[in-house]
Amino acid sequence: MDAPRTLFEKIWSRHRVLEREDGQTLLYVGRHLLHDGGATAFDVLRRRGLKPWAPERIFATPDHYVSTAGRRVEEIEDPRHREMVEKLARNTAEHGIRRFGLGDPNQGIVHVVGPETGLSQPGLLMVCGDSHTSTHGALGALAFGIGSTEVAHVLATQTLWQRKPRTMRITVEGRLGPQVTGKDVILAIIARIGAAGATGHAIEYAGSAIRSLSMEGRLTLCNMSIEAGGRAGMVAPDETTYAYLEGRPYSPRGADWEAAVTRWRELPSDAGAAFDTEVTLDGDAIQPMVTWGNSPEDALPIDGAIPDPETAPDAERRAQMRRMLDYMGLAPGTRLTDIAIDRAFIGSCTNSRIEDLRAAAAVAAGRKVAPGVTAWVVPGSEPVKRQAEAEGLHEVFRAAGFAWREPGCSMCLGTNGDIAAPGERVASTSNRNFVGRQGPGARTHLLSPAMAAAAAVTGRFTDVRRLLEG
Amino acid sequence: MEAFRQFDAVAVPLPQPNIDTDRIIPARFLSRPREVDHAQFLFHDARRLPEGGQDPDFPLNRPAWQPARIIVAGRNFACGSSRESAVWALFDAGFRCAIAPSFGDIFRNNGTKNGLLPVVLPAEAVDAIMAMLEAGPGARIAVDLPAQTVTAPDGTVHGFEIDPFAKHCLLEGLDDFGLTAGYEEEIAAFERRYGRENRL
Repeated sequence: MDAPRTLFEKIWSRHRVLEREDGQTLLYVGRHLLHDGGATAFDVLRRRGLKPWAPERIFATPDHYVSTAGRRVEEIEDPRHREMVEKLARNTAEHGIRRFGLGDPNQGIVHVVGPETGLSQPGLLMVCGDSHTSTHGALGALAFGIGSTEVAHVLATQTLWQRKPRTMRITVEGRLGPQVTGKDVILAIIARIGAAGATGHAIEYAGSAIRSLSMEGRLTLCNMSIEAGGRAGMVAPDETTYAYLEGRPYSPRGADWEAAVTRWRELPSDAGAAFDTEVTLDGDAIQPMVTWGNSPEDALPIDGAIPDPETAPDAERRAQMRRMLDYMGLAPGTRLTDIAIDRAFIGSCTNSRIEDLRAAAAVAAGRKVAPGVTAWVVPGSEPVKRQAEAEGLHEVFRAAGFAWREPGCSMCLGTNGDIAAPGERVASTSNRNFVGRQGPGARTHLLSPAMAAAAAVTGRFTDVRRLLEG
Repeated sequence: MEAFRQFDAVAVPLPQPNIDTDRIIPARFLSRPREVDHAQFLFHDARRLPEGGQDPDFPLNRPAWQPARIIVAGRNFACGSSRESAVWALFDAGFRCAIAPSFGDIFRNNGTKNGLLPVVLPAEAVDAIMAMLEAGPGARIAVDLPAQTVTAPDGTVHGFEIDPFAKHCLLEGLDDFGLTAGYEEEIAAFERRYGRENRL
């Protein structure tokens, strides 16, 4: 009998074209996603006189540089930003690559578009020139971010040289409490293992608390694997996965669908398969989380207080905590619920899907954004926006005083100019609370959509469970 | 790609963990093509004071470390975003080597594909080297890729591990394109098998 294998190993070996004696492996890329930050890779191709090897396996959508105020390319004010969106259009048109451009009914953030169109599927090896490509692992794919030289190589050959990472299984057993989401689970994981806890590893998330997550919760979970240092994050496909994928535009149909599901059922890690590293968390103990520092590992349950650098385990951590508290304008001992915010941002590839917007709208309904707070909702894609509008969520948000904007990456990293002012404190559903991430001097706190909405309407971090209890 | 064999240069310490690629190059500079000199964006905001002007205390701004071409940093250096321009900013400023207890995986890959050697040393070794660099600003470090050693300012020699493939590519200045070109038949054959089960 064959040795038991992990989900990761099954996908890896299925995409192995060849392996050199030194262990370097040439992997075939089943699906390659592009966004408007990838112009450099096409420049490399042109310089080398190369063209895409398998354009039918490549899909593109502009997200980083699009305006969230309007849909026309001309509405992008900064000529550099406009040029990035135009270059994506030119480069994909030149090579016959399918692009969901501005105005296309499927345009959106690339990591929202992949799953929602059915391009992301179990068992596929997927890459994209963006670190949050780990998102697609929620469908049971092996998906990871690459740099622009690697993007160029994948364009030219549909393959990639890689060394096999180690495997890590993160098991979360138990029942998640009310208002405890995929975002809270991943923040709790990163707080536990650290921002480099999974460096060099492909993560598989397992356990009853993970299985209970919806597909959208799993997408949020896998999205932030990179924030734990992991190359990839995956959840084994199951009935939740198949129900999500069935009938999507690029999902297999008819007999092909049946055959695909039969294949996908073989993917989950075999009983007894060994992982290089095992981590376990108690799902019942996870609370709604908020970050306080400049690394996603600096996360606390909402009832927590800002830690005191004097209690740090070593001098390095003490100095780091002092720098972060200084940047964040926070004093040790301050309760999270006593910290006032200036902005709320609900969006990004982490948390801009329909369930995220429903959760935020349920909090916003019948309430008003607190005086002095600027609150934005940026849907992750055109389909998300259409669905939300069909459900009237945009009216709920507008009535509460939130701005309802057009799909794109927006304030997650501000490449399109959507940034906070220096010193502004942002309750953000995005993925990185780095120094300057949302604009020079901006202070980012990461949290779930419902928690961001609760912060928006109360003007400070608030336990959404208490708010909804009234 | 520029080959890397031996490198001897002034090293600058950045004694902080989790220095992310947003710090190395802020996102608003990512729309610049590769032809633009990216040295001007290196630690653009980190090296400036909030009220404007250069921060004289930022290590790269200190006169003794301005000639630095090796960076020594805390754990998880260059984590976060996959932006290859983080490597370009370092490379264009003359850096050819970064030493840390650990790196963001994507940065590590990007570095070896652009002639910038990432060296992983144990945290104790990095701490010791940092202390020497702080004590004697302007001190030099020697990196020998064929021998896989780093020689600290006090002469202590530290061995390091490197993926043999990355080492080979760096030593020869090879990029992946040339290598893969020899395998087109294998890729095409693989594709014929793979495509049957993965219709688009």
